[in-house]
Amino acid sequence: MLGYLASRLAQTVFVLLGVVTVAFLITNLIPADPARMLAGRQASEETVAGIRSQLGLDKPLYMQYGRYVGGLARGDLGRSYQQRTDIRTLLLSRLPATLQLTAGGIFFELLFGIPLGILAALYAGRALDKVVMVFAFLGVSAPQFALGLILLYVFAYRFALLPLGGYGTPQHLILPALTLAVTGAGWYARVMRGAMIETLQADYIRTGTAKGLARRRVVVKHALRNAVLPVIAMIGLDIGLLMGGVVVVESVFAWPGIGQLAWQAIQVLDIPVIMGTVLLTAFFIVLGNLLADLVYPLVDPRIRYG
Amino acid sequence: MKSLRTCVLGALLLFGAAGAQERGGSIVVTYKDDISTLDPAIGYDWQNFSIIKAMFSGLMDYEPGTAELVPNLATDYTVSDDGKTYTFTLREGVLFHNGRELTAEDVKYSLERTLDPATRSPGQGFYLGIEGAQAFVDGEADAVSGIRVPDPTTVEITLSEPSAPFLHLMALNFSFVVPQEEVERYGEDFGRNPVGTGAFKLREWQLGQRLVIERNPDYFHEGLPHLDEVIYEVGVEPTVALLRLQRGQADILGDGVPPAQFVSLTSNPANEQLIASGSQLQTGYLTLNTNVAPFDNVKVRRAVNMAVNKERVVQLINGRATPATQPLPPLMPGYDDAYTGYAYDPEGAKALLAEAGFPDGFATQLYATNTDPNPRIAQAIQQDLAAVGIDAELRTQAQSTVIAAGGEQGGAPMVWSGGMAWIADYPDPSNFYWPILSCSAATQGGWNWAWYCNEELDAQATAADAMVQPDQAEARVAAWRDIYAQVMDDAPWVPVFNETRYTVHSARLGGPEGAFVDPTHTPVDYEHVYVQ
Amino acid sequence: MIQPHPVRAPRALPRVWRRLLRNGLGLFGGVVVIVFVLLAAFAPLLAPYDPAEQFFDGLTLEGSPLPPDGRFLLGTDLLGRDLLSRLLYGARISLTIGLVANAAALLIGTLLGLLAGYFKGVVGGAIMRFTDVMMAFPALLLAIALSAILRPSLWIVALVIALVNWVQVARVVYAQVLALSENDFVTSAQALGARRGRILFKHLVPHVLPTMLVYGTLGISTTVLLEATLSFLGVGVQPPTPSWGGIISESQSFFFTAPWLVAFPGLAILITAVSFNLVGDALRDALDPRGR
Repeated sequence: MLGYLASRLAQTVFVLLGVVTVAFLITNLIPADPARMLAGRQASEETVAGIRSQLGLDKPLYMQYGRYVGGLARGDLGRSYQQRTDIRTLLLSRLPATLQLTAGGIFFELLFGIPLGILAALYAGRALDKVVMVFAFLGVSAPQFALGLILLYVFAYRFALLPLGGYGTPQHLILPALTLAVTGAGWYARVMRGAMIETLQADYIRTGTAKGLARRRVVVKHALRNAVLPVIAMIGLDIGLLMGGVVVVESVFAWPGIGQLAWQAIQVLDIPVIMGTVLLTAFFIVLGNLLADLVYPLVDPRIRYG
Repeated sequence: MKSLRTCVLGALLLFGAAGAQERGGSIVVTYKDDISTLDPAIGYDWQNFSIIKAMFSGLMDYEPGTAELVPNLATDYTVSDDGKTYTFTLREGVLFHNGRELTAEDVKYSLERTLDPATRSPGQGFYLGIEGAQAFVDGEADAVSGIRVPDPTTVEITLSEPSAPFLHLMALNFSFVVPQEEVERYGEDFGRNPVGTGAFKLREWQLGQRLVIERNPDYFHEGLPHLDEVIYEVGVEPTVALLRLQRGQADILGDGVPPAQFVSLTSNPANEQLIASGSQLQTGYLTLNTNVAPFDNVKVRRAVNMAVNKERVVQLINGRATPATQPLPPLMPGYDDAYTGYAYDPEGAKALLAEAGFPDGFATQLYATNTDPNPRIAQAIQQDLAAVGIDAELRTQAQSTVIAAGGEQGGAPMVWSGGMAWIADYPDPSNFYWPILSCSAATQGGWNWAWYCNEELDAQATAADAMVQPDQAEARVAAWRDIYAQVMDDAPWVPVFNETRYTVHSARLGGPEGAFVDPTHTPVDYEHVYVQ
Repeated sequence: MIQPHPVRAPRALPRVWRRLLRNGLGLFGGVVVIVFVLLAAFAPLLAPYDPAEQFFDGLTLEGSPLPPDGRFLLGTDLLGRDLLSRLLYGARISLTIGLVANAAALLIGTLLGLLAGYFKGVVGGAIMRFTDVMMAFPALLLAIALSAILRPSLWIVALVIALVNWVQVARVVYAQVLALSENDFVTSAQALGARRGRILFKHLVPHVLPTMLVYGTLGISTTVLLEATLSFLGVGVQPPTPSWGGIISESQSFFFTAPWLVAFPGLAILITAVSFNLVGDALRDALDPRGR
């Protein structure tokens, strides 16, 4: 177990380094000059050249890369070209908003996904099951940005029940989190349904019912407990998926998180910020995958750490 | 009729102001995006520009509500006969927010800091006309020889050439005075810990959430500012901001009126006293790359000028602008009221294209940024061009990519400037020429995306800027008017519209006429507004 | 993303057909897909107007779009164009990109997955480590950045999506190849002296194919959503080419006064994505050897 953990951590570091490398190459391929973006409109060619050398952008690519990775090793993510702020400060100021949104998203996913999945499993093959599954499909297939706008229109504009976007109170969180959750809720419902049907067919459950235990008791006490475990393991993967997809929801709801920061940085080619946001998001994706991998063997004894 | 109503309203405001102009109160300003930096040498967007103006001061400033220069940190100045040397006498007893008294050395330090390549100031280029600045930038000198401090209350600045816009540069943010000890203390983070001599000082700043500035009790203008504090809340969508303002939870919409609400808001007479509208020093234009065929043919460029239906573009943005006829916006000295420009005339455009040898039109590309409303405006222009036979393929991309394409010789045949439209740095006609229409800006990575270079005009412009004495002011404006008339004759641009500025504010907020549409303060002049 | 179960090559195609036809939802999805394909194919005949034509009377005097009425059945957009015509032509873009991008992603993913599974050693390891890296890369940010480098056009957008979506395909194929190469028939074929490359081609590819079929169908749904998202963020197909996501993006600022501009294209995206999901799901059930 410890050995496994160590090798997985090493792998994680390797993957993050890979992400940094790919992101570095891509941002440097973009046909625009960050020094020019900084220099302003009045700048002479010399001014731009001066800024380029100040930022080390006149050095060969491999040296810039070396410097960036060297900085990373010391925990230094660099400074924003535009705002001059330390990237770590910048990321930390945005992270709470994104974490809140992600947590809210997972909450709603589970809130809708699990009961719907159980319902469908208990009525497997019958009309209710079909209806739930259609809803699950709709959720999985809904375009987040359109859904977000429609929720805004209905709940915030027409009926003024919730704030029209922005950040701060729990009320602000409801609509963005709900939008983020719709896709995942459909997905959880499907997984929950599958796991539940499988457990209900398992021998011990059949035995339990055969021995005359009340069906409700069996369902609640045994089947549910076993079926919910794969869902818990899935949360790890989900963290990564949600973190990677917040750009859209944050943009629709003016949510001041990592996604918005990344999007604005791409617009003005603030390379250190782009790198920082990509790295942070990748970190959460990798962390989520790692958690999932660690939890799976706990819930499914057939899988071993390998 | 409309102007009469405005006058009456203005008079009422002034009248009402007399009794209610009290000290105190706190206002809330909303923004969608974070405030990037409050370092005057670095901040260069419309959002941080006005906040920096509230916290720092320069040698010169503008008469509130106008574009008229007045001394500020200086009490007086003189210009030498050759027009090259300016001698500023400083106001005494001005204190920085940290309590230290400002001296002439601080002025010198601040200017050199902006020039220093290590600062990476986007304003550096403005000040290279100071004698010895280039040598300092190149590292050949430790100080700028043209900036001298004969005594603690006097600053002498010598220019390499006489330059009429120079005093505007002393009212521009990049020249605002900063205390050396604080800059050194915070280093790169000075922009998050600003210390100046302005009307307000920093109280708290929660990144990505809110910024609070409070009254500077030692401010050198007696009785100002009126407000105790200004609270900036960021992360507020304009639509939300408007609702909050209507519910009395916000006082000023930093981002302006959201497009969807604009029509209903402005058409409701009840809102009249909440909206101040005025012209701003801005022109949205389409550049025609004079280095790229067939735009190297002046007839083609004139034909394009006739092909674009500016009225319709203005309609698309809900009438929040007026069609433009020339590069300069109407408020700018040198704007020619009598000049009518190229009228919309698709038939005439076709004829001119045929004359130029393109009876069947041609294919080209049009660049624009990918944020609303720019793709829409570009599509409207595209349809206008198609109507005269020009097949323009659209390329809507991120701002940085469009800027790069425009600065590449032969990179972008046409660029719609929107989103990066030229807003004047200072109210002087030269500001629309040198950075975007002159030969010196038609370089790799420059902002002259038309790659227009007319050496004859450059010479005229240099001559106009050499008219520095007060009695030459009128002749200088006339010279610039003539220069822009010639530019339009060569037609490197299609000037499309001048945006109208709408400032929405709460009913309780008052101020002198012009405070809400001040040409050099967006959205308002914080120093002069008050809570009624 | 719905993960397909591993499925085995069906011996009896008719049985698969029977199962498919018995799946009501799948059948419904299939019909909708066919209808949408027909709408896209015959858009020039069906669309009441040229989708690019900006009508001068298609906007109010203040520049607001017109709500649905007798002349413009679904209303107009912010440039005074007929929304119905744009939606019909938009179907062409969505479906073309959906098919092309997905096919490209399948091709890249299958090829790399097969290669990695075949050369288990250094090459395989390198490929799979690379997929690990790409799995951790925020997909949407990758797509946005790629669109910034490659000037967006229909084919480039398809390519960008393929470059983002191949990763999962590669992993699924790799896992299948690994599982199959330990299978008896492969080892026995190897024992009989068959060359590995030949074995791969002859035995593995047909076994991977059904999975790919399911994956391909489900993937179209993901691709259509991603294309719409990219257009929504302004990094998709270039205007004035009508794209469902693009229509929503252009209309966003007017949403509260013209909600139909978001509702109709949003519905189009939803229906398309659901239909392909239903068909893909039905296919998986039909091909699932554990099924009835």
